Amino acid sequence: MKTNLFGLTLFQLKEVVSSLGLPAFTATQLADWMYKKQVTSIASMTNLSKQTREKLESKYCIGMTEPSKVQTSTDGTKKYLYPTQIQKFIEAAYIPDDDRATLCVSTQIGCKMGCLFCMTGKQGFQGNLTTGEIINQVQSLPEFEKLTNIVYMGMGEPMDNVEAVLNSIEIMTSPWGYEWSPKRITVSTIGIIPAMNTFLERSQAHLAVSLHSPFDDERREIMPIQNVYPITQVISEIRRWQLGRQRRVSFEYIMFKRVNDTPRHANELVRLLHGIKCRVNLIRFHAIPDTPLEGTSPENMVTFQNHLKAKGLTVTIRASRGEDIFAACGLLSTKELLRKQQETDF
Amino acid sequence: MSHNHTLYKKQVSAIRSVAEGVYVLSFQRSFTFTAGQVIAIDIVPDGEARLYSIASGEQDKDIEILFDERPEGRLTPILSRLRAGDSIYVSEPFGSFRSDAGKAYWIAAGTGIAPFVSMIRSGKADYKTLLHGGRYDENFYFASLIEKNFRGKYIRCCSQQEDTAYYKGRLTGWLKEHNLATDNRYYLCGSAEMVVQVRDILISKDVPFQNIVSETYF
Repeated sequence: MKTNLFGLTLFQLKEVVSSLGLPAFTATQLADWMYKKQVTSIASMTNLSKQTREKLESKYCIGMTEPSKVQTSTDGTKKYLYPTQIQKFIEAAYIPDDDRATLCVSTQIGCKMGCLFCMTGKQGFQGNLTTGEIINQVQSLPEFEKLTNIVYMGMGEPMDNVEAVLNSIEIMTSPWGYEWSPKRITVSTIGIIPAMNTFLERSQAHLAVSLHSPFDDERREIMPIQNVYPITQVISEIRRWQLGRQRRVSFEYIMFKRVNDTPRHANELVRLLHGIKCRVNLIRFHAIPDTPLEGTSPENMVTFQNHLKAKGLTVTIRASRGEDIFAACGLLSTKELLRKQQETDF
Repeated sequence: MSHNHTLYKKQVSAIRSVAEGVYVLSFQRSFTFTAGQVIAIDIVPDGEARLYSIASGEQDKDIEILFDERPEGRLTPILSRLRAGDSIYVSEPFGSFRSDAGKAYWIAAGTGIAPFVSMIRSGKADYKTLLHGGRYDENFYFASLIEKNFRGKYIRCCSQQEDTAYYKGRLTGWLKEHNLATDNRYYLCGSAEMVVQVRDILISKDVPFQNIVSETYF
C-alpha cells in the first residue's frame, strides 16, 4: 500500500525525498504542487523529472479524498461527509455568509470527551484523523476558493489530536502552503490544559474555549472533562498567556433551559472572565436524540446577553445555521456509523 | 513555560500482569491523594504524559495504576516492559472524580474499575452497588480484593465467555433489565462509548442527569 504525501509538512516532505535519495529542493516542489497548485496526482507535477516522479510513485500517492455525501440546508449551509482511512466517516460543515465563508472541520472520528449535549460523543471514539485527513476537508471542498475562515469545531476534541492539528495549521499558514493568516483560523477546546498550552505556544491561531457552565459542580454534570481539568484552571492558563491583542480568545456557551441560563450563571460568568479581553458566543442548543436538555428560548438568550453586556463583556448570539440538516452535531456520520456498527463489548 | 504537568522521577516497585495485556504498575507513594484522582505518567521527563486513575488506597505504601497495553499506543507498550527499578515520571495526583458517602452505583468497564478499587481500599465503599463489565472472567480485575473488602453489591457482567459464573451479557444489558433507583448517584468510569451508552440508559430510566458523574478515558 502506498503512503499518502498529502498532509505532510515541508519538514516531513524533506524526510521523504531524503529517504528516496532525491535532492532536498524536491520537497519544496512537492509542497508547491500539492498545496499551492493543488494537483491530485504525482504525474501532474511536470517540473519533476520523469525518473523522480517514478521514484515517488513507487511508494507514494497524493491521497486526497472526495466527499462521499453532501446535504444542503435551506440557508446555504452544506454538510460534507468524508470517508476516512479506517472506513469510518467524518463531517465538515461549509457555512457561507454575506462576506464570509467558514468551514468547520473535524479532527477525530468520534470523541473521547463524552459531553452530555454532543451527538458526536454518542459514537464513542473511533480514531484520530491524520493531518492529511484534516487538511483534505479544506482542500477537497468544492468551495475551497471561497473560504475565508476555518474553525476546528467539528467532530472530536482538537487538543486530543494536537500534533495533527498543529501540522494542518502549519500547512495552511506557511509560505510553502496556503499562506493564510492565522487570524483566519480558530481552534476550539474543552480545556485539555497541557495540549492547549502546546497549541498556544506553537501557533498563532485563535482559541475558542467551550465553557457552557461557570460552576464547577454543574459543568461536571454536562462535561466529564471538568473532573480532570476544571474550567477555573483553564481560565488561569489563559490569563497567563495574556491573549486578546494579536490573537483572540472566545468562550463558547451553549444555552440550556434552566441549566445554565439564569442570572446566577450570568453573574458567575462575569466574575470568572473578569479582566480577560475576550468574546462570549452564546449558542442555541440544537436538540439531539434522547437528550434531557432543552435549548433556552431566543428571548431568554437575549436577556442573558444583555445581562453580560451590562457588566462589560463582549457577547454575541451565534446565528443558528443549517439546523434542517443538523449541521453542527455529528448526526450524519453517527447515523452512518451506527448503520455499519456492531455492538461493542464492555 | 511549562506546557505539561510537572513530572517527578520515580522507580517502579513492581509490575505484574493481571490478564492478557493488562498490567498493574506500582511505585512508592510520596504524595497524598483522594481516591478517584488521576496521575500523569510518562517514561521521559518532558513528554506528552498520559493520565491514569490511581487504583491503590489513600494510605497504601505504593501507588498502583491499572492499564491495558495498546499495541498501537506510544506509552503502554513501553510501560508493560518495565521492570522493578526502572524509572518513570509521574505528576502529583489531581482531579475531582470523587464519590459521595451515600447510596450510589459505581459502574465501570474494563480498567475503568481502577478509581473504584481505590475507593474500596480507602474505606469509602459503604452503601454502594458496583457494576463491572468485562469480556471474559479474567477481566474482572481485583475481583478477590473486591470480594474480600467490599460489603456492597458486586455485579460482574461478562459479555464473551459462555461458561461465565456471572451475568452473561454486557453491562448495558444488565442496566436495561433492572429497576434502578432514580434518587441514587451514579458514577461511571470507562471509555467515552461506554459512558455515553450507560448515561443514555440511565436517563431513559428517569435518572436525572445531575445524578450522573462520569470519568472518560482520554
